Amino acid sequence: MLLEVEGLCVNYGHIEAIRDISFGVEEGTVVTLIGANGAGKTTTLKTLSGLRKVRAGTVKFDGKDITHLPPFERVLMGISQSPEGRGCFPGMTVLENLDMGAYVRNDRKTAAYQADLDRVFDLFPRLKEREKQAAGSMSGGEQQMLAIGRALMAKPRLVLLDEPSMGLAPKLIQQIFSIITEINAQGTTVLLVEQNAAQALKRAHTAHVLETGEIVRSGTGAELAGDDSVKAAYLGGDV
Amino acid sequence: MDLGALFGNFDNFLSFTMGGLVFGAIYALIALGYTMVYGVLQLINFAHSEVFMFGTFAVAWVFVLLHGTESATWSLGKALPILLVALVAAMLVSAAIALLLERFAYRPLIKKNAPKLIALISAIGASFALSEAMGLRDRFAGWFGLDDNLADYVSPDKARDVYSNPVTIQPTNLFKIGGYSVSDVDLVIIVAALVMMIALDQIVRRTRFGRGIRATAQDPEAAALMGVNSTRVVQGTFLIGGLMAGAAATLYMMKIGSTRQDAGFILGVKAFTAAVMGGIGNLRGALLGGLLLGVMENWGAAVFGSEWRDVVAFVLLVLILLVRPSGLLGESLGKARA
Repeated sequence: MLLEVEGLCVNYGHIEAIRDISFGVEEGTVVTLIGANGAGKTTTLKTLSGLRKVRAGTVKFDGKDITHLPPFERVLMGISQSPEGRGCFPGMTVLENLDMGAYVRNDRKTAAYQADLDRVFDLFPRLKEREKQAAGSMSGGEQQMLAIGRALMAKPRLVLLDEPSMGLAPKLIQQIFSIITEINAQGTTVLLVEQNAAQALKRAHTAHVLETGEIVRSGTGAELAGDDSVKAAYLGGDV
Repeated sequence: MDLGALFGNFDNFLSFTMGGLVFGAIYALIALGYTMVYGVLQLINFAHSEVFMFGTFAVAWVFVLLHGTESATWSLGKALPILLVALVAAMLVSAAIALLLERFAYRPLIKKNAPKLIALISAIGASFALSEAMGLRDRFAGWFGLDDNLADYVSPDKARDVYSNPVTIQPTNLFKIGGYSVSDVDLVIIVAALVMMIALDQIVRRTRFGRGIRATAQDPEAAALMGVNSTRVVQGTFLIGGLMAGAAATLYMMKIGSTRQDAGFILGVKAFTAAVMGGIGNLRGALLGGLLLGVMENWGAAVFGSEWRDVVAFVLLVLILLVRPSGLLGESLGKARA
């Protein structure tokens, strides 16, 4: 297991945002957490990146306990995230944002860095066209691409994607999900949080359903896509 | 009111303007400390005035240590070797105070997610504590039985009086602009302040650490997700602010020559005013605000009389904020474009 979450509990003040969740992410796979608004998906990802304090439970990455490590050390170990709401730096250009993604790398002047930059521009040609533009002046879709590209610039072993399809036009949603599959095919493990359950389940090897802070159902993407209660609650009756 | 005093004679006008620029340069250097910390933490470090004040004492102490307590009047050239040592000492002392503030007055609160208002109160408390500690330095020395040995530094029974640099630096006039003679001291102050501001501006725009600062200022959580060590960034901003305040303290002592435990107060308030006027969180705004405040208050002093200097300074602040609430250059440290 690349990532192992065991009995994780996270509080927001006195509210239990996450209650005793356990799951694993196998290296090389796409794992998705689906669920409604407020189910605890974003909190889970923030906790995995070290932005939220853990009340109980453990998080292991590559066998090492990272439960209480500060965020930057997790990035150094190979966990990067494209956060909810994209979190692009509005006053920086596209290129500077991508450069921030590579903040922990010390090979910025090398061919390897340039190759990774080219890879991001291959995945998102739009970003190449806009490389000198301030991120704050771009459309939501473009910022989403930038946030994902930026997360890849850290050369992560595990990339956490929080609602990459949120607020995007249907055509763009298709494109973003194809790119997620492509990123995975190129060797990066993906943990994907989505409200767009249909697409997420189609792409995921393993899936978990979160409801009010608890995992209520787990299985392969295909199994959950065929599950009647999942269909009723998250897929609008049919896929 | 005597507009003629300022505008009647172009030489007078130049002289008041130049005098204002010299003080403005010092305000600007101190203002940097306020603006950097605000840019990253959205917190006004009200104890920054004490960071400066400790620097002024470091300068005087270095002169006592290397020259002695005998009064002397030296040219800038003669004082330069000791001044350079004093500059390094002041920058180190001020930086150390700034780092201690970060470690003990702020970090515990930030860790607990305390409201900004709490951090502000902590800042004010730290400011008084530091200022009073300096005014009671003879007592601290007394606890260790060192007040006799250190008498030249801690001024037993007179710790609350003005503490003067034994060496007075006599300015030498270098050249004239109009009818105003520019002295070597004035020139050094303005040039040193400008060089330091430009260097800092470049650090923030071009280095990896600078990118970390800008990212944290724009979005602290996203910056952490990029692998920016936020504790280091916060420490770094306090460190840089402290170094600049130490430099300002050295320039101030060159010009004024004496200090006291409350010397930081009015200068700190002015520097904070300069930072707000320029746009708090904006480095170039701190420079603009500092120079502008220095010049305007000097003009005000010429027109209304010097006792009105501070009134002019703060009325100016209110007027500028009424028209431009975000300050002259408005945008924040984070949004500063490379």
